[in-house]
Amino acid sequence: MRNLGWLRLPLIGTYVFLYIPIIVLVVMSFNASKLPFSWGGFSGRWYSTLLNDELIRQGFINTIIVAIGATVLATILGTLLAIGLARYTRSAVLEAYALTPAIVPDLALAIGLLVMFSAVGMTLGLHSVLLAHVVFGMAFVAAVVTARLGQTDPSLEEASRDLGSSAIGTFFRITIPSLAPAIVAGALLVFTLSLDEFVIAFFTDGPSTPTLPIVIYSMVRFGVTPEINALAALLLLVSFTVVIAAQRFTRISDAV
Amino acid sequence: MTSPAAQGRGAERRRALGARFVFLGPGLFYVTVFMAIPLLLVLSYAFLKRGRFGGVKMEFTLDNFHRVIESVYVSVIGNSILIAAITTVLALLIGYPTAYAIARLPRKWRNLALVLVVLPFWTNFLIRTYAWILLLNSEGPLNKGLMAVGILHEPLDLLYTRGAVVAGLLYAYLPLMILPIYASVERLDNSLIEAATNLGASRARAFFTVTLPLTLPGTMIGAIFVFVPSLGNFIVPELLGGGKTVMIGNLIRDQFLKARDWPFGAVLALIMVALLILLFAGQAAISRRINGRGRHA
Repeated sequence: MRNLGWLRLPLIGTYVFLYIPIIVLVVMSFNASKLPFSWGGFSGRWYSTLLNDELIRQGFINTIIVAIGATVLATILGTLLAIGLARYTRSAVLEAYALTPAIVPDLALAIGLLVMFSAVGMTLGLHSVLLAHVVFGMAFVAAVVTARLGQTDPSLEEASRDLGSSAIGTFFRITIPSLAPAIVAGALLVFTLSLDEFVIAFFTDGPSTPTLPIVIYSMVRFGVTPEINALAALLLLVSFTVVIAAQRFTRISDAV
Repeated sequence: MTSPAAQGRGAERRRALGARFVFLGPGLFYVTVFMAIPLLLVLSYAFLKRGRFGGVKMEFTLDNFHRVIESVYVSVIGNSILIAAITTVLALLIGYPTAYAIARLPRKWRNLALVLVVLPFWTNFLIRTYAWILLLNSEGPLNKGLMAVGILHEPLDLLYTRGAVVAGLLYAYLPLMILPIYASVERLDNSLIEAATNLGASRARAFFTVTLPLTLPGTMIGAIFVFVPSLGNFIVPELLGGGKTVMIGNLIRDQFLKARDWPFGAVLALIMVALLILLFAGQAAISRRINGRGRHA
């Protein structure tokens, strides 16, 4: 710290900027008063009202359903795609095409999918959100696994085939285990992205099955309430835990 | 009659083709159905007449493009570019020195410092934006704090301003500026800077002639990472701009979900995507020039 000189100022300033809103939010969530901005003492009552809120509970269940489904599909498709791109083609165009969903603006993808679903006359619901989340999720998994494939040695697979193992046996005993850390990292990435995804879900979801971000959006539009503060603080806790756990996990897998 | 060796080669080629199909087929099919076709549909809708309840009538028209020239829409598009640009410049001014400072931290602190930068980014976007409604409210902590220390005598209208929108976007995307700049500063060869100062350059001169050009590629990536999602954002303008600050994302959202004028929404989306493609092309051209210069030097 000492040799940073004046650079300490922007460094500290950035952390203050990043964490002040979060601290305010967490403190407010324990405010006993129903009025959002007058302090009525410390209380956990908004957390218990939250747990009894049917809309939030249903939204949470819907989000989990979408996230699990999208993660499973995106992980399988993305892993196959990464192996195909690394081992069975040298086409840079094909690779760029397959990874485009990760960089297309979410709003463009959202309206495209809405237009497509309505053109084929599909009713909107959790299934359409799930299908939509798979397309960008798959690209993220493919990107992460492709990076790992660059570091693995294809001669291991050749040795396995030369020693008499079948193509399928080699795939499950050599290829998949050597890619496992990247596949897990990709799956975690898709799961967290899907949990938080709002824009695409907003356009492709049906009215009777809102996901949690859609529920939050409809609450937040009507201003500040103590329940949202508690929900926000709770979600902060969840994502902080996941990020720190993922950090630990990647450090362990790096070391191995 | 073919020889056994040729038969073997034929079978191998067929197997390779089969494997290519098994691995690449499903993913590429999925991308085509759920990204390429949807985006092409949006493109084609821009040239069709609107249907009565959303959707389109199969009649060719260029009217949707003519409407964009109306002054309301021109000013919204201009306003969106301005807000996204201000956000990007602020993120650059804050993000560059922060990234530089992190790269200069002792190794054991660096990882923690980076995690702390990324941590807010991994929390729900709506929640992060909502935190600013709380913070900037006329009865909120910022106003109360400034009044308590005597800087303000009555609360300022911080919320529902263009400044609030910029603050919200900056808060949301600042980590995306810091990370790529950090990566390029960390890779920087310190002996180059030492050489410059040993040869008599001042520290400022060494920074502007050595450090800045070498970290420019990472800086441009950071700027794109901030500008792109800022331009198309409709949540922050709605929640922190209070409907007074309308951006192109709000217009597109409204055409598709409220006004049900899909062809016009499609034109607006095309304009947004075209702006972003121009930006990517510019970035690619600049980084090619930098690489080219490096090779010839």
